Amino acid sequence: MTDTPGHGSNRWKRFDDWDDRPLRRDQFAVEDPENGFAAFDGAADPRPGLTFADGRVASMDGVAAEDFDLIDAFIATYHIDPDIAAEAMAIPSSQLARMLVDMNVPRTDLTRLARGLTPARLAETVAQLNAMEIAFAYSKMRARRTPGNQAHVTNAKDDPLQLAADAAIAVALGFDEIETTMRVAQNSWSNALACCVGAAVGRGDTLFQCSSEEAEELEIGMSGFTSYAETVSVYGTESAFVDGDDTPWSKAWLTAAYASRGIKMRCTSGAAAELLMGFHEAKSLLYLEARCLCLQRGMGAQGTQNGGIDGAPLAASIPGGVREILAENLLAVWLDLECASGNDARHSESEMRVAAKVLPFLIGGSDLICSGFGSILKYDNSFNPSSFNGEELEEFLVLQRDFEADGGLTAIGGDAALDLRRRAIDALSHVLRDLGLAQASDAMKRSVAVASGSNETDSFSPRDVAVISTRIREAGISVLDVIRSLHRGGFVPEAENLLSLVKLRVSGDYLQTSAIIRDGRVLSAVNDPNNYTGPGSGYRLTEHRRRELAQIRGVLDRDEVLRAEAASEIREARAIRYRTMGPATAGTDPQEIVVGISPAFGTRIFRTLAGHPLSAVLRALRAGIEQGGGRMRIVRLLHTADTSFLGLSAARLSGSGVGIGIQSKGTAVIHRADRLPHNNLELFSNAPITGLDHYRAMGVNATVYARGALPEPVVVPATGDALGARFHARVALTYAIETSMTEDDAAPETVEITFLEDRA
Amino acid sequence: MSDHRPTARDYPLAETAPDRVTGSRGRTLDELTLQRALSGEIGMEDLRITAGALRAQADVARSVARDALAENFERAAEMTRLPQDEIMAIYELLRPGRARSRDDLAAAAARLRTEFDAPRLAAFVDEAAGLYQKRGLFRTRY
Repeated sequence: MTDTPGHGSNRWKRFDDWDDRPLRRDQFAVEDPENGFAAFDGAADPRPGLTFADGRVASMDGVAAEDFDLIDAFIATYHIDPDIAAEAMAIPSSQLARMLVDMNVPRTDLTRLARGLTPARLAETVAQLNAMEIAFAYSKMRARRTPGNQAHVTNAKDDPLQLAADAAIAVALGFDEIETTMRVAQNSWSNALACCVGAAVGRGDTLFQCSSEEAEELEIGMSGFTSYAETVSVYGTESAFVDGDDTPWSKAWLTAAYASRGIKMRCTSGAAAELLMGFHEAKSLLYLEARCLCLQRGMGAQGTQNGGIDGAPLAASIPGGVREILAENLLAVWLDLECASGNDARHSESEMRVAAKVLPFLIGGSDLICSGFGSILKYDNSFNPSSFNGEELEEFLVLQRDFEADGGLTAIGGDAALDLRRRAIDALSHVLRDLGLAQASDAMKRSVAVASGSNETDSFSPRDVAVISTRIREAGISVLDVIRSLHRGGFVPEAENLLSLVKLRVSGDYLQTSAIIRDGRVLSAVNDPNNYTGPGSGYRLTEHRRRELAQIRGVLDRDEVLRAEAASEIREARAIRYRTMGPATAGTDPQEIVVGISPAFGTRIFRTLAGHPLSAVLRALRAGIEQGGGRMRIVRLLHTADTSFLGLSAARLSGSGVGIGIQSKGTAVIHRADRLPHNNLELFSNAPITGLDHYRAMGVNATVYARGALPEPVVVPATGDALGARFHARVALTYAIETSMTEDDAAPETVEITFLEDRA
Repeated sequence: MSDHRPTARDYPLAETAPDRVTGSRGRTLDELTLQRALSGEIGMEDLRITAGALRAQADVARSVARDALAENFERAAEMTRLPQDEIMAIYELLRPGRARSRDDLAAAAARLRTEFDAPRLAAFVDEAAGLYQKRGLFRTRY
């Protein structure tokens, strides 16, 4: 065999196959705690500890107060609650860990204790949970009962028409928040206005942010275009913090600044940010994130965006990194923060790793499952590809349906989607023209409406957008100008939606923890607290919501199968005629091969799963039988629809003792009269890949068996496709039609066929 | 909203007290209609949150044991009195290396106390000044 190319290889070639998998594009790093590559056990992680002197923290996690860095100092002052600390720190972490997964310990008991726990104790506690326990604890501890989701709406051209259309789609899909950013920094005002208008189409309850430079982001918020912010990043080491050009005090200042303008805000942190920035202090990902989160709680941020975030790919390269990402999300909710739980920056090229990572959040719920689901195509995602993007959106919808888990999204139909896109584009085009910002042509609008992504549009160029953006900023255009303009253009519902959203900032209701807007009402951890205490409690799908989740595209039902068959029936009526000739009796002709057809064969069902007309199948069988010197007789069996019994019954009626049984879906068997039902001669079980040549060869082989010889069995090569997934719904519906037609003890009938068209 | 310290039971305030929640020029939520927006009667000032609303939200937050959040709302309540430029100027000053010495921050704190009646914010900036000194943050960054 050494002559065959490749057989001289000194490597098992399975490794070549593995090399070709997308997974192999992922890079994996060795655990190296000294150099910061440790998920849970850092080389320099401190032991938990807390002492007080004169009512003030004297030492925390092994550091004396006089040696505190800015982060220690802030946490000691603003996070640690002296009234709770002694009690909380006295509880062993093993006991705290058990309380986290004990459904009988209320969430509020645990959030209270968290206020007295140091970062090292918090980290030490969650590190004791396995992935399943972390996921369960997360579901129990998250702040708001009703889960939600957040989308990215961006495009590679910063095209405002596409932003408006895509924002309207994101809103229709049910995202509670949408987030934009720019390819070109100066386009921020244009992006903000475009998404703001698009998000007002259809509903008025989607919060919107424009991720931009700190000062500008606040300014855009002040103009009323945006309603939340989440780019207030914090870090777990002082050096990383300073390198990021901020301190806990500057970020806390900004936190208050957003609240003072009625704008919802959350911080951002996540595993491996310090490692990426080169300031990890040989501490673990989890411990550093615990510091970030205590800091955020102390700052008075209502919530956080954490769970790896931009560091997710690096965290996932480390052993246990994905468990750590789960664990840090758990810390966030234990600290009573809203959690936009990452699942944004795609951590892997492997779709399996992506789906596995999102599953705990999908089934357990999260305030915002993805803090950036790419509602647009990957190449249009200016934040970088997300775990899920426009390409994979239907997969997410199906996962919701599979697990009956509310991921916050709802499918939209094709016509509705196009209507929404056109409405958003018209509304924005009107505003751009009306406010003297730009003129969109009909051709531009048409191209954007149907485009899946910006590669397919013929719309504004990045330079046009820079001009629009500058005009908005320089003219001091506010959301009120946009509301008036929408109304002038006849976009009255959009004007109303936008006003109702902007009005919400006056009361400050959506500044509370985990606030989103549903049906025009603020829903937060205050009026919709997660009250999970075991089965039957916490968030449960309503019947209405369950039905919504079930409504995905392309769902098959019995009527659909029959409709498709009706079309085939017309074609088959022109190809073949079946005539029932009365009860079939056992034959005596030793050349005879009886083909036993099922009850629905040619009466209700007219083509096989592979799509072959049944007339063509019979033609192929007859050709094969005749080629082998046999004669075909057709008998319809009415007492069974099972392939084996069809085959055996046919064989027992056959003069040669050999018969073929075939169902209407194309599954077939060669059988012999003296065999047990399931001990056939040849079985053709894969109807979706069984071709006419195979049926013909089956006919030939039947005649060989009839002569008492042994033919080469017909091989239908497997394709490796998930045929069950592709066909089983139809199989079950088809087969139910067959079985409903069977009748106990019904006698077989002889059927005469006439081929009406002389096709080969 | 002065006669009653709101709790979680009064939340959302926009729903339980639309006649009492007002924007910064005193108009109630009920008065913020589309008609008035179109006529130009309503300006961005009417859509601004007030110190009173933030204090009310602080009360709501405390009623559900979120003291840190409440304190942020209370800092924010003081901040409603600061013009945007002042907010951004002090934010900039709090960033590493912007202040040249403790005095720069102390001056800002004094201004917060005297010009804006913002004692919490002033104390916050003072506290930062001390720690920045200790941690050597008054160094040139660019």
